[in-house]
Amino acid sequence: MNGWIAAFREALETLDRIGAESIVNQARSEMTPIQVVDQVVVPALEQIGQAWETGDVALSQVYMSGRICEELVEQVLPPSDPDRKHQPRSAIVVLCDYHMLGKRIVYSQMRASGFELFDYGRMDVDELVERALADQIRVLLISVLMLPSALKVKQVCARLKAAGAPIRIAVGGAPFLFDDRLWQEVGADAMGHNAAEAVSLVEGWMREMA
Amino acid sequence: MMAMNSMQRTLTTLGQQEPDRVPLFLLTTGHGAKEVGLSIEAYFSRAENVIEGQLRLLKKYRADCLYGFYYASIEVEAWGGNTLFGTDGPPQCGAPIINDTQIDTLEAPAIDGAPGLRRVLDTLRGLKQRVGDSVPIIGVAISPFSLPVMQMGFDRYIELIYEQPGRFERLMQANIEFCVNWSNAQLAAGATAICYFDPVSSTTTIPRALYLETGHAVARRCLPRIKGATATHLASGRGLPIIGDIADTGTAIVGVSALEDLAQLKAAANKRVSLLGNLNGIEMRRWTPAQAEAEVKRAIAKAGRGGGFLLGDNHGEIPQLVPDEVLLAIRDAVDRWGRYPLDWIADWQDEGA
Repeated sequence: MNGWIAAFREALETLDRIGAESIVNQARSEMTPIQVVDQVVVPALEQIGQAWETGDVALSQVYMSGRICEELVEQVLPPSDPDRKHQPRSAIVVLCDYHMLGKRIVYSQMRASGFELFDYGRMDVDELVERALADQIRVLLISVLMLPSALKVKQVCARLKAAGAPIRIAVGGAPFLFDDRLWQEVGADAMGHNAAEAVSLVEGWMREMA
Repeated sequence: MMAMNSMQRTLTTLGQQEPDRVPLFLLTTGHGAKEVGLSIEAYFSRAENVIEGQLRLLKKYRADCLYGFYYASIEVEAWGGNTLFGTDGPPQCGAPIINDTQIDTLEAPAIDGAPGLRRVLDTLRGLKQRVGDSVPIIGVAISPFSLPVMQMGFDRYIELIYEQPGRFERLMQANIEFCVNWSNAQLAAGATAICYFDPVSSTTTIPRALYLETGHAVARRCLPRIKGATATHLASGRGLPIIGDIADTGTAIVGVSALEDLAQLKAAANKRVSLLGNLNGIEMRRWTPAQAEAEVKRAIAKAGRGGGFLLGDNHGEIPQLVPDEVLLAIRDAVDRWGRYPLDWIADWQDEGA
């Protein structure tokens, strides 16, 4: 198994789509599609996420890896497949910001890990609160790049919780990486240091909510 | 040692010598709007406002430079893009303006055809008129390699770099022309040096091997055509593995990240390039004056000796939300701990600080 993970990770980091697809196909001869996702794709993406945090892998590799995995998982585990993860209603959004790359990476990695979630694009506070309540979202992932946007998460958390929504909110993005107390200051339930950590967080919450 | 003015202090440290004290480069933009009592949008609508704001900030914080920077997307306005103004942060770039196929016919816009760029040039002229050669005036150009993040969106740009080398090269040709013209216009208007913002070259964003083929090659084509000194700024991104490569581009300064150790960066720079940084601008918002002092001491202790170091934030722009008392505490700490020969450092290290 570890051999597959290492080979798959190497294929992703060098943008070797064909090699990555071949490893997935080999793994499928021994595992179900969801096992391939859980035991090969997700661990490889987790390792790449951790390597980005320590400066050993670059954002461009994280982004392209997520995209390749999203495409591969789409083939082996289409959105309609009953093996797709049964998860709380989830959504991802960029708050009050126009920097979409972080959200795109997390969205790809969530989907590559077998999750389905709403992509809200970019929203301001009022729009987001209204939409999250209307959609009965249980897990909300908020991405920002700018400090003023990060501080606006506080309003989102306060208003959703005041409305009695049983919602968990995770945040991510540069301001939270540069100030490790900021996520608590804005009232989030957790922060993801990288995209793979967002996946782990949602998996943990999914188990708690089951 | 006789007191130096800001220009002498800066040039001495860039020559890898110790000046009278560590130069303080507080790169503030939106704070100027607060000083003159205007909204961000109104402030940046007239050169006179920014001249007045920068001069008031210089007097208040007694930093060693003036900053002619408005906001990053002012360059994209010249290419046909727009800027979105908020109330509590820097203006942001609007929607991307070019797609893959438009790159094939892309031409660099004229500098004098862009009202925003003309305002920046007027600002630099006004500042130069007021301070002459006593204080360095910093102009800004986004690197040709990093500008496409705003021109076409970050995700599509990464895909272009990896998947369409021909179009990538075409885009770089247009952007290099623009960057050279824009930088030289600022130098002619009174800028002392150009801060060449290049976050995409950071190893946070692309691996070193790709940097050498792309951002590095672009800088080597662009920087020699800029008729003045440049400071390459990675805008919070990591740069330790490529600091020697950046020095090879001929730049004088590298703006470095709070995520990396200044002592390691200083050793890697090896007197080939000076360092600017690396106070954490995001955390700075909630620092106490005592924390500000401790951070200033830490930075100076790690990188101050021997010159080649300018104290500043790690992003190239201090968030407007950072309060005055923190910036003034930084200022006071530099006065107290930044005076050469920095002979307090040995004791500080012995204390295990």
